[in-house]
Amino acid sequence: MTTTVQSNPPAIEVRDLVVRYGGGRRAMKTPPAVDGVCFDIAPGETLGLVGESGSGKSTIGKALLGLQPPTEGTIWLHGKDVTAASLKERRTLASELRVVFQDPYSSLNPARRIGQTLAESLRLIGIKGDAARARAITTLESVGLPSDSIERFPSQFSGGQRQRIAIARALVRDPNVLVLDEPVSALDLSTQAQVLNLLADLRDEHKLAYLFIAHDLGVVRFLAHRVVVLYRGQVMESGPVEDVTSRPRHPYSVALTAAAPVPRPAEQIDRRAHREALSVGSASTAPPDPKGCPFASRCPLADGQCHAERPMLRLIGGQRVACHHAEQVGVTWPPPPN
Amino acid sequence: MSSIRQAKHQRIPAFLRSWGGVFGAGWLIFMFLASITARWWRPYDVAEQDLIARLQGPSSEYWLGTDAVGRDLFSRVFTAGALPLQASAVMVLVAFGIGLPLILIAAERGGRVEEAIGRFAETIMSLPSTVILLAAIGAIGNRIYPVMMIFGLLVSAALYRILIGVAKSSRQHLYIDAARVDGMGSIRVNLAHVLPSMARPIAVQAAIVYAIGLLIINGLAFLGFGPGEPQPSWGFMIKDASDNIFNSPWMMVPPGVALSLTVMAANALADALAGPLGIPEYTPPKRRRTISASPAQQSEGTDNLALSVRDLSVVVEGGPTLVSGISFDLRQGEVMGLVGESGCGKTMTARSLLGLLPAGVEVSSGSIIWQGRQIAGLPERDAIKIRGREIAMISQEPMVALDPLFSVKSQLTRPLRRFRGVGRREARRIALELLRQVGIVDAERVLRCYPHQLSGGMAQRVAIALALTGSPKLLIADEPTTALDVTVQAEILSLLRALVAETGMSVLLVSHDLGVVADICDRIAVMYSGQVVEAGTVAEVLEDPYHPYTMALLGANPHVADDAPEPERLAAISGSVPPPGNWPEGCRFADRCQFAASECSVAFEPEPAHVDGMSLCIRTGELRRTGAQWAPEHRGAELAVESEAP
Repeated sequence: MTTTVQSNPPAIEVRDLVVRYGGGRRAMKTPPAVDGVCFDIAPGETLGLVGESGSGKSTIGKALLGLQPPTEGTIWLHGKDVTAASLKERRTLASELRVVFQDPYSSLNPARRIGQTLAESLRLIGIKGDAARARAITTLESVGLPSDSIERFPSQFSGGQRQRIAIARALVRDPNVLVLDEPVSALDLSTQAQVLNLLADLRDEHKLAYLFIAHDLGVVRFLAHRVVVLYRGQVMESGPVEDVTSRPRHPYSVALTAAAPVPRPAEQIDRRAHREALSVGSASTAPPDPKGCPFASRCPLADGQCHAERPMLRLIGGQRVACHHAEQVGVTWPPPPN
Repeated sequence: MSSIRQAKHQRIPAFLRSWGGVFGAGWLIFMFLASITARWWRPYDVAEQDLIARLQGPSSEYWLGTDAVGRDLFSRVFTAGALPLQASAVMVLVAFGIGLPLILIAAERGGRVEEAIGRFAETIMSLPSTVILLAAIGAIGNRIYPVMMIFGLLVSAALYRILIGVAKSSRQHLYIDAARVDGMGSIRVNLAHVLPSMARPIAVQAAIVYAIGLLIINGLAFLGFGPGEPQPSWGFMIKDASDNIFNSPWMMVPPGVALSLTVMAANALADALAGPLGIPEYTPPKRRRTISASPAQQSEGTDNLALSVRDLSVVVEGGPTLVSGISFDLRQGEVMGLVGESGCGKTMTARSLLGLLPAGVEVSSGSIIWQGRQIAGLPERDAIKIRGREIAMISQEPMVALDPLFSVKSQLTRPLRRFRGVGRREARRIALELLRQVGIVDAERVLRCYPHQLSGGMAQRVAIALALTGSPKLLIADEPTTALDVTVQAEILSLLRALVAETGMSVLLVSHDLGVVADICDRIAVMYSGQVVEAGTVAEVLEDPYHPYTMALLGANPHVADDAPEPERLAAISGSVPPPGNWPEGCRFADRCQFAASECSVAFEPEPAHVDGMSLCIRTGELRRTGAQWAPEHRGAELAVESEAP
């Protein structure tokens, strides 16, 4: 899955992306929301973008979609530079690049029938009337909803069903890339599983490429092929999902993996003990020096070099890690068997 | 169910379902039609004088009496309505015609554009409108419509101030972003999505501004800047009446009532359009149902049993049951997890322990024995003695527990002084101690902070410190880490564990996250549709579940062991949790259960399970024998059309 055919450009290619919010002199003083992020997504591949709140993961999604103009860097969609494309210029691109948002309650206009919402999207590419209606029904059925849904209002659906509708709206224009911005984190566990299974099926059926934004490593591990771990707008680690989630090398990835509780009490006791032994700094510690590693103020391995010099991504084993001490033993996962 | 939901989209607009709305709209329409048609049906011409019948009261000849030169007030009052009603409408159109585009542009562009438009609006608002209007009359003469259009321009600035916030928050809806990603142009987004979502506040403001316009027009007429004599206007008629107030007090009544009713009608319409306030009316419960616990249950209390809940039911008054027949025990120093999906009654169960059920919801039967005392349905004055002191609560959103207007210090010291009866200095000392106890290093600084200065994790620590002010013996934690980042969640869970070890309090943790429960709880009760379907120690229930629902929840969890391969598919539960009042007979999970059989549709008793637990499944024994496992659905099952109606 990491090997792509040479002639096929990646579905998404992001280079040195920097996004700052606001303008003027004050904005230059605060660290950017996204700070020099690079990644590729091959056609049919799912890239997980993981991080906690404030890591810039949703901002990257917005930059891809044209909702937030990038300050620096380039975004290619199938080899075409779309960095500066306006929303209107994107109208044709928009058929290829679609989005599913986190909150299925806010992402559907409550005053419009489902059919109207889907038809509105189709009308923009010149599909109207019965053709639009037929396509809306086919798409709704493809996400497991009955065809009479088009006559209903969003308030008549549960959270999981609304998220299916949101997926249908993304699919109705037959895209090949989807940005999934925390698509399951507002859902209950059983519904979450339904939607994750649906996303996996749709991907395999339509050869879709996903940018899957999430805060939950477990969910990412289920759906993603590769993963990028973000902290304060910077890439800490990236690589195949199995490697990064089961043998993380960056101290932050280790902290993130260790903090996620598993529903198996015996194993969780070991994990907790190991997590507490890692002595990672509290999330509420002071912000780090902008010159150095963003994780330095919380990292148990941090030394003078970490505070002064920002580490570059280095290839170690199967993954790329931005840490001066990635080879050093001390902060490791999984916990050693006792 | 769906018919109730569909009622929302019925033809009659909501504002016409209240008396104020009917009166407001009805009177305005009546007055408008009556005044523009008055010339054809009025008994006298507005200029027709009857000098013999001056300053008369109502009579069969002159229904509403006459004025100082003997003109018929009835004809004049109704004729006078046309001009203010129309000129004020023009003013409203001008105000919104200028205001709305500015509002939409400012909300969309933000930044400097918004700042510039905001400055412009402020400048206009700072102008004294009466002076401007008089100056305008001086410049262009006594022409009502142009003058009111100038007034409309002044009002548009006020509208901008009022509605910019509404427009900005309506742009926060993700469906706006979704439409933009579709490639929809900016004007279309505004017309199709932003404006409709602002319809209500726009209608309310229009009605209010309309009423103001009516008053301004008649105020100008009172000052002599109305339609010239003999054309009637309410303002000038009132002026006329006040000149003759001692000769004929009645003269004031017809124009005064007409003006007041019309302005009131516009305001009543505004009220009706605004709809009921979002705050549900609080009706204090008339009479707490006295629930007698059978003595056998009370004497059952073992040595360290802190809380014993038996057959607890919570109902909506005159409505469906939310929680039915729940029983569980909580020992001193024990942490129990109440898990399940949303809509299963977890939070209602937890809140009933504190007597903090929403209005109209009450405990209908069963007992809650706290430290040997029955506390179910306790009167408010007794419940208040337990709340905070013996049983405290923290919630998902720590900011809800903290008042944004007060510093952390004052929020911690006030309950400390009340609960512990200590002085100001001592309260401050204990507050610092509590903050350190919840793991805040720079407690002195945090004490001076206001809630908005705290991060989510820090705010939850302060909320926990607040819950500890009464030294509670039981802490109810309702999804305490759901809103937090995963590394912060781990810190808060470690803190709760340390507090339990230190203070010996019990914790009832409401959560939907089985990982969190596995991390911190000793016992677990799995809830589904208002019932406990499985209970036992965490190790037994999560490692070896008996009930199919517990199996399914575990199968749906994507967190696998570090060395285990990720499953191809997750176990999903088809359909969704049935809403209260719509629970099936017999097993409430049967419709969604992979192992449902004919015997599941009749009522049954819970089966004992684990060492000291239960499983509410009639097939428990059989499933154990056959070693049944909840299987992930086959590939493509998700693509099949759901059979049940949404």
